[in-house]
Amino acid sequence: MFDQLSDRLQATLSDVRSRGKLSESDVDAAMREIRLALLEADVNFKVVKTFTKTLKERCLGSDVLDSLDPGQQVVKIVNEELAALMGGTGSELAIASSGPTVILMAGLQGSGKTTACAKLARFFGEQGKDVAVAACDVYRPAAVEQLVTMGGRAGAHVYEQGTDADPVAIAEWALEQAHAERRDVLIVDTAGRLHIDGDLMDELARIRKKTRPHDVLLVVDAMTGQDAVGVAESFAEAAEFDGVVMTKLDGDARGGAALSVKAVTGKPILFASTGEKIEDFDKFHPDRMASRILGMGDVLSLIEKAEQQVDEQAADDLREKLRTDQFTLEDFLTQMRQVRKMGPLSGLIGMLPGMGAMKELKNADVDEGELDRVEAIILSMTPAERVDPTIINGSRRKRIANGSGTRVQHVNQLVKQFDQMRAMMRSMASGKMPDAQQLAQMSGGAPRPKMRRR
Amino acid sequence: MATSWQEIIDLGARVPAAVPEPEAEEPQRRGVLRRLRESLSKSRQALSEELSASFFERIDEETWERLEEALILADAGAPTTAAVVERLEHEVDAGTVPADGAAVRDRLVEMLAEVASTGRAPIDLAGEPAVLMMVGVNGTGKTTTIGKIAWHLSKEMGLRVVLAAGDTYRAAAAEQLAEWAQRAGAELVRGEAGADPGSVAYDAISAARARQADVVIVDTAGRLHTQDNLMEELAKVKRVIAKQIPEAPHETLISIDATTGQNGLRQAKIFSEAVALDGVVLTKLDGTAKGGIALAIASDLGIPVKLIGVGETLEDLRPFDPTEYANALLAE
Repeated sequence: MFDQLSDRLQATLSDVRSRGKLSESDVDAAMREIRLALLEADVNFKVVKTFTKTLKERCLGSDVLDSLDPGQQVVKIVNEELAALMGGTGSELAIASSGPTVILMAGLQGSGKTTACAKLARFFGEQGKDVAVAACDVYRPAAVEQLVTMGGRAGAHVYEQGTDADPVAIAEWALEQAHAERRDVLIVDTAGRLHIDGDLMDELARIRKKTRPHDVLLVVDAMTGQDAVGVAESFAEAAEFDGVVMTKLDGDARGGAALSVKAVTGKPILFASTGEKIEDFDKFHPDRMASRILGMGDVLSLIEKAEQQVDEQAADDLREKLRTDQFTLEDFLTQMRQVRKMGPLSGLIGMLPGMGAMKELKNADVDEGELDRVEAIILSMTPAERVDPTIINGSRRKRIANGSGTRVQHVNQLVKQFDQMRAMMRSMASGKMPDAQQLAQMSGGAPRPKMRRR
Repeated sequence: MATSWQEIIDLGARVPAAVPEPEAEEPQRRGVLRRLRESLSKSRQALSEELSASFFERIDEETWERLEEALILADAGAPTTAAVVERLEHEVDAGTVPADGAAVRDRLVEMLAEVASTGRAPIDLAGEPAVLMMVGVNGTGKTTTIGKIAWHLSKEMGLRVVLAAGDTYRAAAAEQLAEWAQRAGAELVRGEAGADPGSVAYDAISAARARQADVVIVDTAGRLHTQDNLMEELAKVKRVIAKQIPEAPHETLISIDATTGQNGLRQAKIFSEAVALDGVVLTKLDGTAKGGIALAIASDLGIPVKLIGVGETLEDLRPFDPTEYANALLAE
């Protein structure tokens, strides 16, 4: 996400950084580049104007230009200002002190409200909350069915009355149900509406009045252009939303909407939806996102993700196995599954500092299908084969390939890669870092014919 | 009057069944013109007058800057904006366009309409059956657009339409299309949830042939253009369709949300690489978004807008008219 904006800003800043001394005209030139980069990233025209003005004033301060490393100072300022533009260190949802926390979701058609409802429901469910969703989109054909399916998948209870009831009445009824059934959270899905549609905006205001939500969230498509600001302003008026859910951040959107909305409405981005799967949904951290845009990585998020998923005992066991060189295909499978729980691998790569600049890795398309195939192959092996792959002879290979629906060369490839990995782990255990080539061999799904084991 | 459906659709040698003028709908249909005017003026009132008033009172450096700002705010993108403004400024300087408010405005509208008409061609439904495939990013309005196209083809032009519910991924997508099929009087072919979208398209074409239907419209699941595996799946759907009829799909349209910014260009480019696009359906133009990204798509990729969506009702899906659009683009 934000790749193109990221590339341009990084290029500009690395130029600035490489200079020992900065003149006013250097800063001017950098500001022009930044302005264009932001405009092409769909950051709102007016936001860009203000942003570059603030930035320039700060960068031309004597404390920057006279400092020992003015370039570095400029990078720091851009980072801070970007984070501030998106809302600083991040904000929290308001939670009810007693009874269900009511969250009202609003947004334009197609921004991804229904999906966001289900993802949010799962987010709370993961925290052990009892979550219900209310289906108040009675206009779009089959929207209720979609919420029933997705809400169910998220483990939430779905309150629906079909499409003949009045959305305001459904919302009220759902709230009563949520109280009676002592739910912790009630998420109210509403129909997508145009911000200039008076009747529907009025309906939204009435739902808001009747349900007295603790939080009103505006769902915004990250690919929205200059109009994002107008939309947000109108919704702010009718629904007084408290925060924003950014959707479709997994595309190559340049994030202009994300950068503009907070600046214009003063409401923070609370959540970001980053993929098709129901678990591709996370809290939004503006400061971390700013670092990511500037290629400074987001190690904090990565560590958090890992902490959520990795079982400490298992990690200790693994360390021991690595040390004693007893790592088997079975362990490999466990490891792979654990890493995959953290989300798509391509997403993880973006969080590593400096990876943004490493073109090869960034564009390395981690093929999740390839990983599925690897799983299938290992699962088709006998326990003995998993412990000692060297016993896998020709007929065993054939059997494994048949069993996993793959080909013999896939099995060969996996065994070979596993071998390489073990070799690398041995060298790591003995204190040496693997070189880039070894890493590439490991991560690369497609075999590179000329590479040879050392 | 704007372009009509008959003008924008190439039916080839086919003679559609006569459509009985729907009498009951008469009062509503008269309302259509009013609605059109309203939906356009709701967000962009009194187009040309305002344009000349706000932009070209005086013609100086500031005029060009404001014009640039207006085009950027309309999402036309920096390169397209720069090209248009530069050319206009040049023509005014050279005296080919008189430095007069009305003349400059007319020339600007003409230029924008020219850019928007790049590669203009009718929707090709000459095949028997003709296959139209709809693609696009999630939430851009594919299924709704298909429903409305089906309605126009069936109810207004007397064509027999089969819909293929190729979005087997999104929950309840097939149900949504089923409702549209019923409204349009079209037949629906669907598979199980999670079924292979190619097989649904294949079955739909077989069904259309068996029943001698005129048009098959294939829905596909919304997908982000950055998901290579899903783009490959789309290319496969196309290959499966071509197995039934070599030159099909005869028309592949991408739906682009008018609120989309510069990312729309990437969407069109990458979808085009996967399945070769014939046109754009610019949806949700009834909001305040101007959909200037359509200009960028036309001038950069030569893919023309063919239909626009200006509202919720069936009549609100309309053939694209470049001049009308150019006028609307710059209205406050």
